[in-house]
Amino acid sequence: MTEPMIEVEDLRVRFGTSEVVKGVSFAVPRGASFGMVGESGSGKSTILRALAGLNPNWSGRLRLAGMALGPRRDRAFFRRCQMVFQDPYGSLHPRQTIDRQLSEPLLIHGIDGIDARILRALAEVGLPDVVRFRYPHQLSGGQRQRVAIARALIAGPEVLLLDEPTSALDVSVQAEVLNLLADLQQSRGLTYVMVTHNLAVVSHLCETVGVMQGGEMVERLSAADLRAGRTRHPHTAELRALSTELEEAPA
Amino acid sequence: MSMALFRDWLLSDAPESRRQAACGRAYRGWLSLRHNPLGMAGLLTIVFLLVVSLGAPLLSTQSPDTQHLTLRLAPPSAAHWLGTDQLGRDLYTRLLYGGRITLGMVVAVVAVVAPLGLVVGAVSGYLGGLADRLMMRVTDIFLSIPQLILALAFVAALTPGITSAIIAIALTAWPPIARLARADALTIRDTDFIAAIRLAGASRTRIILRHVMPLCLPSVIVRITLDMSGIILTAAGLGFLGMGAQPPMPEWGTMIAATRGYILQQWWVPTIPGLAILVASLAFNLLGDGLRDVLDPKQT
Repeated sequence: MTEPMIEVEDLRVRFGTSEVVKGVSFAVPRGASFGMVGESGSGKSTILRALAGLNPNWSGRLRLAGMALGPRRDRAFFRRCQMVFQDPYGSLHPRQTIDRQLSEPLLIHGIDGIDARILRALAEVGLPDVVRFRYPHQLSGGQRQRVAIARALIAGPEVLLLDEPTSALDVSVQAEVLNLLADLQQSRGLTYVMVTHNLAVVSHLCETVGVMQGGEMVERLSAADLRAGRTRHPHTAELRALSTELEEAPA
Repeated sequence: MSMALFRDWLLSDAPESRRQAACGRAYRGWLSLRHNPLGMAGLLTIVFLLVVSLGAPLLSTQSPDTQHLTLRLAPPSAAHWLGTDQLGRDLYTRLLYGGRITLGMVVAVVAVVAPLGLVVGAVSGYLGGLADRLMMRVTDIFLSIPQLILALAFVAALTPGITSAIIAIALTAWPPIARLARADALTIRDTDFIAAIRLAGASRTRIILRHVMPLCLPSVIVRITLDMSGIILTAAGLGFLGMGAQPPMPEWGTMIAATRGYILQQWWVPTIPGLAILVASLAFNLLGDGLRDVLDPKQT
């Protein structure tokens, strides 16, 4: 058994005086995907931002491939771990062309062959070459999210943190983006940590699911168990009942 | 390349290069400014003033300093299109050369104030914390003193003259710019696209210079353009009070000051430079309003 790609041990995050994440632990093996579900405010996105290094005010132990992570991350970390944000309208710079946004990580990491890499990255996420020199406002929501995924992947990371990557998209586009993410994971052997409030999405993409409530991870179960309704914690059952009510057919 | 082809190239929604995308963006901005009649009027007036003052030696055969004491305070005529002043100097010629001084002062002040305000504001807004508090308290100090008073005090402490006037105006004009850039940087700082570029491993300098500042720029440009009319008025005011350009320099404010005693008998002598000040500052105001419509980041 090789060491897990991501280990989170007793992670605590506070904002001011209130503790938002209260001692969460989980591990994600290399090439696996782990989903976190829960209501808004349950602390799932906060865990993701702490993992990404966007929020330095945490305590506990975080490890990436066995290497301990501090509150400040170096460039090598950002090369290995990337994040896709929820809102594709807010995660792209409004005044930069797609080309510029995709070349920026390459320039920062000193990777050459920028032209070829950008074209390959666009093709990989299923975008035509013509979008290369467009501005974000000239693209649809789904296209923007594909650009965001391309940007996250362009420097060749091993871990992708997904913060509700599909919840701002409409249903048909959601499925496309989820399939894209599943394909990319297969072809690149990526490790995913995904946050969502949509159980259908999480069971589509992730083998293991952690259920968050009030800053604690109340249950960890496999996606198959979740689908079959073999839940142990009442909150998981609650979330599941709610989502089957809202959607006729979870994927 | 014919005009129509060039237009299509500019407006293409599938640009093929960075340059084409940037040109297309600029052209779209130009198109929306062109449909703003007041903004265009302002722009054309400013271009006209620039051309006329730069071309002053070509547009007038006379020297702005040659005195004809026999022809003092002459009304407009074929020889002196706008008449002559109290020393018999051609007013039309002096007006043209005066434009050089006034517009030159504006350009000099803006060249100092715009980068300074932008850098202070963007750095302070993005970094936050102690750096922000320190820089904003310094800004507050400058903001708390009325512009003309501070400029007057500064010029009085140094020697009166154009250079001192430029420094004095610049000293009082940057704080509002810094405030504005900081307000923009504060909202930009917490966006996902800045988080994304932080995750790409970019340094703070790179984030501020390449990602934050370009977004602060539109409101700074609008503010600067609107401020230019204020700069013209302050420059003329300092000239009028004898603290700016010194006679015999044909600066508009100085020209009014030197001839204000003739306002009742030879009214055109002080009125003409006054009109020039009015036109120039109005033009900058109109252009600023037009630019605000074009550059408003909330529109695209």
